[in-house]
Amino acid sequence: MQADLSYYDYWPYHDRPKITWPNGARVAFWVAPNIEFYELMPPANPFRQAWPQPAPAVPGYSIRDYGNRVGHMRQMRLLDKFNIRGSISLSAALCDHHPEIVELCLERDWEFFSHGIYNTRYTYGMSEEQEREMILDSVETIEKHTGRKPAGYLAPALSHSEVTLDLFAEAGGIYTCDLFHDDQPTPIRVRGEQPFISIPYSLEMNDTIAFVVNKIEPRRYGQIIKDNFDRLYAEGSESGTVMCVPTHNYQVACPHRLAAFEEALEYITGHPDVWVTTGREIAEHFLNHYYEAALADIARKNARGR
Amino acid sequence: MALEQEHLAYPHRQYGMDHDWYRWSMLTTRPKVVWPEQAKLAVWVNVALQFFPLNQRGQPFKVVGGMQMPYPDLRHFTLRDYGNRVGVFRILDALDRFDVIPTFAISAALATRLSYLVDVVKERGNEVLCHGFDMDTLHFGGLPKDKEREQIRTSLGILRESFRAEINGWLSPGRSESENTPELLVEQGLQYCCDWVNDDMPYPFKTAAGELFSMPLSNELEDVFILMSNQHSETSYVEQICDAATFLSKEADEQGGRMLGLNIHPWMLGQPHRIKKLEAVLEFLTSLPGVWFASAHDILASFKNQQG
Repeated sequence: MQADLSYYDYWPYHDRPKITWPNGARVAFWVAPNIEFYELMPPANPFRQAWPQPAPAVPGYSIRDYGNRVGHMRQMRLLDKFNIRGSISLSAALCDHHPEIVELCLERDWEFFSHGIYNTRYTYGMSEEQEREMILDSVETIEKHTGRKPAGYLAPALSHSEVTLDLFAEAGGIYTCDLFHDDQPTPIRVRGEQPFISIPYSLEMNDTIAFVVNKIEPRRYGQIIKDNFDRLYAEGSESGTVMCVPTHNYQVACPHRLAAFEEALEYITGHPDVWVTTGREIAEHFLNHYYEAALADIARKNARGR
Repeated sequence: MALEQEHLAYPHRQYGMDHDWYRWSMLTTRPKVVWPEQAKLAVWVNVALQFFPLNQRGQPFKVVGGMQMPYPDLRHFTLRDYGNRVGVFRILDALDRFDVIPTFAISAALATRLSYLVDVVKERGNEVLCHGFDMDTLHFGGLPKDKEREQIRTSLGILRESFRAEINGWLSPGRSESENTPELLVEQGLQYCCDWVNDDMPYPFKTAAGELFSMPLSNELEDVFILMSNQHSETSYVEQICDAATFLSKEADEQGGRMLGLNIHPWMLGQPHRIKKLEAVLEFLTSLPGVWFASAHDILASFKNQQG
């Protein structure tokens, strides 16, 4: 175990090379619905328990199933209304369990990125070989069902190893959602030295973190999203920022929470100079236009004072 | 370091669910439901009358609202008892003032203790469903089947005897079930269970003993969840219910009848500073066009009649 993370160098949010998003947009705005499958009776991971009670854990399992049975269609209608294409954080096994959902998202040209196989299978304790097998399985499953390899990764249930990002880069990925250190894309150092970046995927905007961990009231959640946008939009006139709202159909698509979310989406998409996009498009744009300049600026700033 | 190979094996990775209890089905793909008088929203107000024993064992876990201090926890015991002495009468007044029909979920152990309250409920003639034996007699994975059968049989026997009425529904204490609970409920003559929160409409549950219906009783909109577990304000409680009812009514315009199950606790909403918030909810719901207030069983009966 090491004291520091070796994926990136310090890169102050100050005097960075200016980013301009397509059509002069200030903010790249993306919504990342997590479409997950939780198992009723997963094998017990030695480092993390999937459910708080002995199986069957009816409360936890059933509310997550609500997301697929009921919530998905609600959120999809809402995103359709505002012309937002979702960037799905997908439990790859959902392709097998609920292909109808994958089909509906494909019809809308939504993006699919990998969120592991099941959200009840954690990376903790896996050998490198096992983690590689799991990641490749997810990549191949998504490619088989959607026709395209996933470009991005969010580790299942945010469970990581020291080599998670290295392995995903080796599997052909270009971006990760696992790091929360910035409001702009940043280069990530992986062992194979492939160009690889982190795209902001905000935990603060994540509905499950907001509702379950931080226990925020639904209307306050809507307000927080608007406030987050206001500041990133203002700063985006200096250099393009990224705003992400990660969602879960079993949280934000509950009937008492959708109205506040809808109001926030209406507010954001009602502004000019907002690039409503997907994780992959942000990553590709950054890699094609700003990656080299970012590396040079990081090297320059870290050379100071040495 | 490596995990056992079972961690990379997926025996239930297949179409549909990873168990056989119910069929995978998205709500929008089902036939439209039409409630009596073309109502858009069926509202089931479920009043939970619970007994939390002072000598709680807490096995295999303590339920939300249970004892928390070393024995004897007078504080939580009496606060819960408050609901059955004081709070419930405030709630009944409010429900009657707005002409809202409640359903009562009752711990069997309460019925053996409070015959006065049993009479009050009996005289009203509202539906009673079984809320287990008490809030410390739990149903959970690994509970021997015979023991659980006895728990259910005893609880239902007490309620059927006390109320001299049919008992058709079940709500497990803490919504916790064993792998055998659904089957045992059917075996004991029950028609529906309210533990599962995976849908906004009733749906059939398959068991070895026959069919059971799952009735959606929102956990996310429970007073205890919002006010105690989440520490949201009383004002937010009202907003959340009103927003949910408004949303579901609108959805009903396009997709057919919807329902809203509201589980309330006299020990929570029956406090003097909270009762007006229940009144605000009832005032909103009774002014919303197209709301049908009904018991859980009446809603289920109407639903089943349409399922051909």
